[in-house]
Formats: sequence, C-alpha cells, structure tokens
Amino acid sequence: MSQLSTTPKPRRNVELALLLLALAVGIGANMLVGVDQEKAFDSDFWFQSSLLAVAALVFHGVLRFRAKYADPVILPLVVALNGLGLAMIHRLDAPDADTGNNQLRWTLIAMAVAIAVIWFLKDHRVLRRFTFISLAASALLLILPLIPGISAGEILGARVWIRLGPMTFQPGEVAKITLAIFFAGYLSSNRDLILLAGRKVGPLQFPRFKDMGPMITAWLVSIGVLIFQRDLGSSVLFFGLFIVMIYVATSRISWVVIGLALILGGGFAASRVFSHVELRISGWLNAFTPEVYGRSPGGSGQIVQGLFGMANGGLVGTGLGQGRPDLVPFANSDMIIASLGEELGLVGLFAVVLMYLLLFTRGFRAALGTRDAFGKLLACGLSFAVALQCFVVIGGVTRLIPLTGLTTPFLAAGGSSLLANWIIVGLLLMISHTARGPVDTTPLRPGEATESMGIDTPTEAVKHS
Amino acid sequence: MSDLTITALRFGFLLLLWVLIFSIVSAMRRDLMVGRKAASGAPTQRQVRRNPDLAEAAPQPVKQQARQLVVVEGPLKGTTLPLAASPILLGRAQEATLVLEDDYASGRHARLFPQGSRWFIEDLGSTNGTYLADQQLTRALPVEPGVPVRIGKTVIELRP
Repeated sequence: MSQLSTTPKPRRNVELALLLLALAVGIGANMLVGVDQEKAFDSDFWFQSSLLAVAALVFHGVLRFRAKYADPVILPLVVALNGLGLAMIHRLDAPDADTGNNQLRWTLIAMAVAIAVIWFLKDHRVLRRFTFISLAASALLLILPLIPGISAGEILGARVWIRLGPMTFQPGEVAKITLAIFFAGYLSSNRDLILLAGRKVGPLQFPRFKDMGPMITAWLVSIGVLIFQRDLGSSVLFFGLFIVMIYVATSRISWVVIGLALILGGGFAASRVFSHVELRISGWLNAFTPEVYGRSPGGSGQIVQGLFGMANGGLVGTGLGQGRPDLVPFANSDMIIASLGEELGLVGLFAVVLMYLLLFTRGFRAALGTRDAFGKLLACGLSFAVALQCFVVIGGVTRLIPLTGLTTPFLAAGGSSLLANWIIVGLLLMISHTARGPVDTTPLRPGEATESMGIDTPTEAVKHS
Repeated sequence: MSDLTITALRFGFLLLLWVLIFSIVSAMRRDLMVGRKAASGAPTQRQVRRNPDLAEAAPQPVKQQARQLVVVEGPLKGTTLPLAASPILLGRAQEATLVLEDDYASGRHARLFPQGSRWFIEDLGSTNGTYLADQQLTRALPVEPGVPVRIGKTVIELRP
C-alpha cells in the first residue's frame, strides 16, 4: 500500500478549474437556447451570464478564505446544475415573462445566504446547540402555511406557500434543513439508549416502546403534512429523512422495517381517505387511459406530455431551444427534467442524473471523513434529503413512481427550493472542510474544551455496575 | 446561423457536459489518492522491477512503523484513522481527534503521540483508566503495532 499523504491539500485550484468548466456548461446552455431565435448575445444573455460567473467566483473566493479544505467538486457540480436550470427557464420564458430573471435573482440571494452560512457559522458543531430550537423551528415552518393571513391559500391543491409581500415562499423547503439538524442532534446524543435497550425477535432487535417517541413524532409530522397541506412529496421526504438518519445512527435494520411498515400503512390509509392521493395513484397506474388523461383534477396529461416530449428528444435530444417542451404544463418547475430530457436527450439527461449522484457521493464522503457524530449524521441526512428529492421528482416525471409535488433541486424554477438547497451546499462544504482539513492538535487549555463548543460536559464516565 | 453550425454546437454541448463529468470524476480519483506514487521516497515495485539494484539499496526496515489506528472493539469498531506526525487525542469530547462513543471513556481520556520512530500513549487522568495489553498505564509507554490499547469498552490497535 502506498503511503497515505499526511498533509491534507486544500485543492482550491482544482475547484477553480472545474468551476470554469461548470460555468462554460451553464453559460453555453444559455447561449445555445438563444441561437435559434437569433437572440444569442442579447443584453439579457450578457447580464445573466456575467452575474452567474461573478457570483460563482465570489463563492470560490470565500471558500479560499474561510473553508480552505472544503471538497473541491461540490461547488462546480451545483453551479453547473444551477446554470443549466437558469438556461432552461430562460428558454421557456414567454416573450414578456420574467421567470428567468426572477430565478437569477433567487440564485444570487441563495448563494449570498450560503456564503453567509459559511462565513458566520465557521464550525457546523455549533448547530448542535440548537437541537430542540430546530425542532420548534421546523414545527413553526410547517404550520405557517396553515395560518390564515400569512397563508397564500390553496395553490394547485396544496397549502404549502406563505405570502411574503409580493412573493410567495414555501417554508417546508427550509424545514427539511431544520429537521435534519434536530434529528442529527437528537440521535447523536441518544444513540446508545436507542441502540442498547430493546428485545430481540428473530434476527431483528426491536427498540423499547418508549424509545419510539421520536419515530412516532416523525410519522405524525409526515402524516400531518399529508393531511393538512396535501403535500405527498414533502411527507415522503421528511419520513425518508428520519428513517435514513436513524438507520445510519444505529445500523439496525429493524428501524427501517418499522418505518416502512408505518409509511406503507399510512400511505394506504391516505390513498383510501383522501381523493387527491388516490387520483395521483390512478393517474400513475393508468396514465394512458383517455378518461384518466383528460380528467380535470388529477389528470395524467402532464406526465404523459412529458413522456411524449422525452420520446421526441430520443437519444441525443432535439437541441437546446429547438424542441417544444413548452407544451407541457409547468415545464419550467415540476417538469423541468422532461424539458431537459427533450432538448438534451438521454445522453444529456444521464449527465444531469450523474451530477446529482456525484453530489450525493461527495456529501457522504464528507460524512465519512468528519470525526464528530453530529457532523456525520447531519451530512448524511442533508445529502440524502437532496438525493431522495431527486428520486421522487425524476421518478415521478419518468413514471417510475406516482408524481408528487417536490421541486428538482437547483434546476426547477422556485426561490424557496433554491435557497434551501444552497444552504445545504453551504453546510456540506463546511462539514467537508472539517473532514478534510488537518486535525487540530494544539493542546487545549483546561475548561476550553467544553466551553467553546457549548456541549454539556458528560458526567465523567463511571458507569460501573 | 447555418444548420451545420447549430448541429455542431448541439453535439459540442453534450460533449462539454460529459467532459465536465469526467473531469470531476478524475478530480475525485486524485482526491482518493489511488495509484499515487509512494511519498516515502522508497522505490515502488515498478521501479524495482526495472532496476533491480534499487531493491538492495532499500532494505526492509527492521520494525514496520505504525501508519494507522484501528478500532477493533467497542461501538466504533472498524473505524480507522491515519497516523500523521501529530499527536492524537482520544475521548468522548467532541474536540477529540477520535471521538469515542463510549460511556466508559472520559471526555479527554488519553493521548497518543509520536516520538522518534515510535508512538507513545499517555493517560490524561481518565476515570476508568487506560490499559496497554491489560496493564493499567501509570506513565507514557510506547505502543507497538498490534498491541491492544483498551479505553472503556473500546479497544484500539496500531497497524503498520
């Protein structure tokens, strides 16, 4: 075996090179969408491209300064995805619409917030102090869309938006971050309790009933989201997040079994009781039946149009700006994957899916590398949340699973989703910085250890029987 | 713009997408340091095959130096940590180099540090003590590769 390199390398220059390539993808896409209409190099194009490039390079500069050892491929991947999304949204804009510039505004805001997270937080372990505050914040964020006055009411059958001045915002997107922080904090402190107590049934060790508390809470939250907000996608996302985090924390398969049983039971009951869930499922199973296709609420027309579009694209696509993805309803948000599939073809769509896969593996790499349990769980949870969201959306658009209303991370038009996902990127970069950086071995002054991190000193571990 | 240019640009863009992906994967491969030349200055196998003289010039070291720390028992079983030239703090505190998730370990339990070519372990006044091959530590002692060090319910070993 070759010798392990003992001095960690920041590898920021690699990041810069990859970032330039990623910007070439984003800006190239934006140029290509205009080529056909002879508006390739209009003022909009220069404005959008230069702003995206400047923002990405500023982000890179901040990493050089604040998180020198952060993973060098996360930022280029995200910038490439975001650039592709911007180009596609810009391309789908009707002549007088402003979705493209609006998305660019949100991208800049989201990047600024992610930079602020890296700049001010410095160390992700500080978040552990906010374990229960995060739980309260998640509850608040999930309840906000139901409060009259702030709520933007029922849009497209779901109550997940709130009104902030002229804009609408989806607080559930941010709730996935606060929930991940809560689960990571809770599980890293109570892991042993959950792990050691319980009785064995066959090969599975089942937890004690009183340790099931958080599990039941998570189940209630996701069922509550499903009932009151009518948002099937978020409900699956929150519950999946918790199952994965508890599995990673305890490595007990019994939790996964219990979790899947609960969600299948809940899902089955929901499909019986709530018409919208049932409509989604029948629209998925019998998508091509004429009466299901044209049905007014919950018809499968959207999915089938998307499938036709992707079929039209074929292997190499129609070329950016040359297909008709605009025929599909919500082509720039829910169905953006179908739009990209039509214009870039299978070859391009696979590239996009691979980018998500690489992003996910880098998140897990950060989780493996970092040395504190909280950071491990947080990185796992956050990167899994992004991956599950991709699976639910791309699976829905390609009719692998029923279509639910989640956003495609970084691609779809929508500010709240961009903001939340860029914050996740900021946190992952910070965790990877501690994971890859040199180990701080300077001797601690007495008392410094516990004071600086705000962690309760564990009672010195005399636990003798 | 002519059709030909547009078609060329279209395929060029797909190519660019995949160039990005392959660059990222190759950056990751370098990141994992697969196939990197040994940094110790010792000749690699390939160099020895080409030039047999090198084999004699680099005799096998008498005692192999420990290069990694492995947790062989306890909640963190299977964890490994590469050993650098810097000391390692073991304990439950989040600041420790290896954070032990062990109820029987103290916050700052023990310290491993290199001196000369060997690693030493020193107990930092832990409640339950540190054991080197079933002997409770009273002062810093050298740790040879393969000798178990017990901290609470965790047993660690140094490996070459």
